[in-house]
Amino acid sequence: VRVAFPFSAIVGQEQMKLALLIATVDPSVGGVLVLGDRGTGKSTVVRALPALLPPMKAVEGCRYGCDPAANGARCDECRARALHIARGKLPIIDKPVPVIDLPLGATEDRVVGALDIEKALRNGEKAFEPGLLARAHRGFLYVDEVNLLEDHLVDLLLDVAQTGENVVERDGVSIRHPARFVLVGSGNPEEGDLRPQLLDRFGLSVEVRSSDDVAMRVEVIRRRDAYDRDATTFLATWEAADSAVRAKILAARKRLPSVQVPDAVLHRAVQLCVDLGTDGVRGELTLLRAARAAAALDGAKTVTDAQVQLVAPMALRHRLRRNVLDDGGSGTRVARAISAVYGTT
Amino acid sequence: MVAASTVPPVQIDPGVARARSAMAMSVFAVVGDRIGGIILRDTSAGAQEWLAALRVRLPVATRMIRLPASATDDRIFGGLDLAATIATGSPVAERGVLADAHGGIVVLPLIERMPVATQARLGAVIDTGVAQVLRDGVNAVFDARIAVVAIDESDEEVWGVAAPLRDRLALVLDGDVRVDESLLPPAVVIEAARARVAAVHADDAVMQGIGALAAAFGITSERAARSALWTARALAALDARDEVTEADVALAAQLVLVPRATRMPADTAAPPSDAEPPPPPPPPADSATGEPPPRESPNDGQLEDRLIDAVTAALPPDLLASLLARAQRPSQEMGRAGAEKESWIRGRQIAARRGKPDGVRRLHVLETLRTAAPWQRARARDEVGQPSRSLIVERDDFRIRRYVERAGTSIIFVVDASGSAAAQRLNEAKGAVEALLAESYARRDRVSLIAFRGTTAEVLLPPTRALARARKLLASLPGGGGTPLAAAIDAAVSAGISARRGGTLPVMVFLTDGRANVARDGRGGRAESMRDVLDAAAKFRACSLSCVLIDTSARPEPMAQRVADALGARYVPLPVLDARAIAGAVTLARETA
Repeated sequence: VRVAFPFSAIVGQEQMKLALLIATVDPSVGGVLVLGDRGTGKSTVVRALPALLPPMKAVEGCRYGCDPAANGARCDECRARALHIARGKLPIIDKPVPVIDLPLGATEDRVVGALDIEKALRNGEKAFEPGLLARAHRGFLYVDEVNLLEDHLVDLLLDVAQTGENVVERDGVSIRHPARFVLVGSGNPEEGDLRPQLLDRFGLSVEVRSSDDVAMRVEVIRRRDAYDRDATTFLATWEAADSAVRAKILAARKRLPSVQVPDAVLHRAVQLCVDLGTDGVRGELTLLRAARAAAALDGAKTVTDAQVQLVAPMALRHRLRRNVLDDGGSGTRVARAISAVYGTT
Repeated sequence: MVAASTVPPVQIDPGVARARSAMAMSVFAVVGDRIGGIILRDTSAGAQEWLAALRVRLPVATRMIRLPASATDDRIFGGLDLAATIATGSPVAERGVLADAHGGIVVLPLIERMPVATQARLGAVIDTGVAQVLRDGVNAVFDARIAVVAIDESDEEVWGVAAPLRDRLALVLDGDVRVDESLLPPAVVIEAARARVAAVHADDAVMQGIGALAAAFGITSERAARSALWTARALAALDARDEVTEADVALAAQLVLVPRATRMPADTAAPPSDAEPPPPPPPPADSATGEPPPRESPNDGQLEDRLIDAVTAALPPDLLASLLARAQRPSQEMGRAGAEKESWIRGRQIAARRGKPDGVRRLHVLETLRTAAPWQRARARDEVGQPSRSLIVERDDFRIRRYVERAGTSIIFVVDASGSAAAQRLNEAKGAVEALLAESYARRDRVSLIAFRGTTAEVLLPPTRALARARKLLASLPGGGGTPLAAAIDAAVSAGISARRGGTLPVMVFLTDGRANVARDGRGGRAESMRDVLDAAAKFRACSLSCVLIDTSARPEPMAQRVADALGARYVPLPVLDARAIAGAVTLARETA
């Protein structure tokens, strides 16, 4: 398998990169939906994540990659093992953050997991064979062309992504295991509507366009060609930049719990949601979480209006009630509301 | 008679077309696996001749596999080998056609018949070079580095290759794809070019030229630009050169970029320097490529202009017009969006699902057996001591049949009830509605009617299938007054969207002369009204509703034609209105929706 194109070498796509960084700093913002033209490097950004992200600590030998720190959210196997070990301390290893591709056409048994046929046949043992959801635990699950995925699979993914737990009742096995992952879906809305229910269950949504600026496009071609011809050298050139991003993520995660939201900032953020008429509190919560993560990435101790404005389009644009007759897209409506609340242009 | 407003088919000089086809074939033979492949848009037997000519120029060992559009997923990508699974008692993965073709060529005839999701998965295989199988108890990854020849026999006006795949197949040949064999290089030259191509040097001016061309033709895909670069390299390699030239870039652009154009290049004479271009984001080191940074020579702009001129000049003007029309027309998968719905009973069969058969859902016997197969030995062991059964199927094995069916159609009439001709137009529209309803009894069509006059548009007949009810409602339609066409288009958008939400395929039928004279705010004035009409039409078009506009004026009215174009509608002048002719036009629109 060839090495992925490095994250830092991707030209433009700032919104998408920011959304993914926010999700790695605070996975509780929910999934990321990426909409946009074809061939604009959506998959490239996602595939760059494994090499970029700092490794995570995991329980050694755990099939679900359980977090050693999260005692409450371990899988049954880890819990059982911990009973037999002094002070319940399981061995720990470093593991790369999983970024799992869900191909269209995957069947349900491969996604949620199923009875392990080999074991059943060899030992007559009813063992569970984890599926993609288990492999994606604590990482990312990527669905390209999410609007072409079968409806029942999408529902299943969203359900698990929201509860953080995969419950399997099939083939005579009854199993539940933690499955917390950031769902990243990409698609092109012009080729088949995304169901509205699907839209607002993603935490963030970004629109990817390719730049009209020729200089930037030339730079894209140049870098892509350098990578095509000699990937090893290209990677070495960009390793320093990727390390810097990695350090920024680690620092941001550490800082996140102490980032404050001043009352005035909170007030205006809520005002923005009210003006836009977003349904429920999910929009406000996501907006604040995303703003805090953005502040943490900036190295700030408190959230400012600037960060709220920065993340408002990605946190809110897909939560607006659809109005086909409104001028422009939902992005324009968010921009309008921002300038009304913050008095900027 | 019925006349469509489509751009007439482009006549390209046959000699030029065949030379281009030969060039595309040579490029495909050299870098096909690096640029995804080629789309042959040909409804004649030309594609077969093209493939035969290609065959003899490839090494004998190169595999070339045909994949019918009806092939099932497990045959294409790989799946569970039922026979081996039953024989061994444990799941055995089976390679699909793509894995079999690894390192070779996959031919996709009648690509327009292949489901969009399958085409999208093919696109993913081209990207990653592997076929990933995650189904029916099998987790497997097979090497599948392939070059694709997709043969698209759909109408001139639409793409049959779905966008996810289209973006990954670099080369496009349109119309007559037959090659001039005398222009094809012999196999040894192709072989030499294959060996040489990766080392062909492309300097920074080449990258700038391709970037400028992509921007000029409004191509957003970065993949297309990358493929154009590889195509230019292949052309240089075929010519036994180690350096890409300006001419290579211009030719590559014709093969890769122009067929994807979404706009005409702006007049290159106009100075593009309305603002100084922002510098590219700084790479961390001096330069990512290890090459000197782009020089800011004043000639750069000239080179780009020269390229754009050269590429534009090489095209018959009609070709670009027809390409643009296609780019703006909803592609097939868009037109079909919402037109299919899942069903347990009828339609085209799709993958079976776990579930319990009942009165409505029917058991899929083969899929159920396939699911039960790996378990047979284990279950037989568990049942020791019980009377032996030759086949043990458990409830979790049950698979039920699923289908997608074409949704019924909603025909939405938008009738101009203004002015003097109102009475006649309405009468004929009523006649057409009745004719269609009578005819649609056997079908699952619904008909509704929106009339506009004075200052507003109103829904006179909500979607219905009931002939009697429609007759009663239509009996007393008022007429006369101004022409609020913009308001009517707005109303049509709402009606179309709600029909689509209801799971039917909307077909819009406008009956008007297109001469709007009432703006959205209810005030008169031709200019303002027309501006509102075009604005409303743009939104209508964005919803990709299939539409026909019947021009009801005594002689074809340019305004009506203009509105039809703005709506993305088929334009049908029908000076002598009669219900039967209207019904005919609508039937045509429905068949092609």
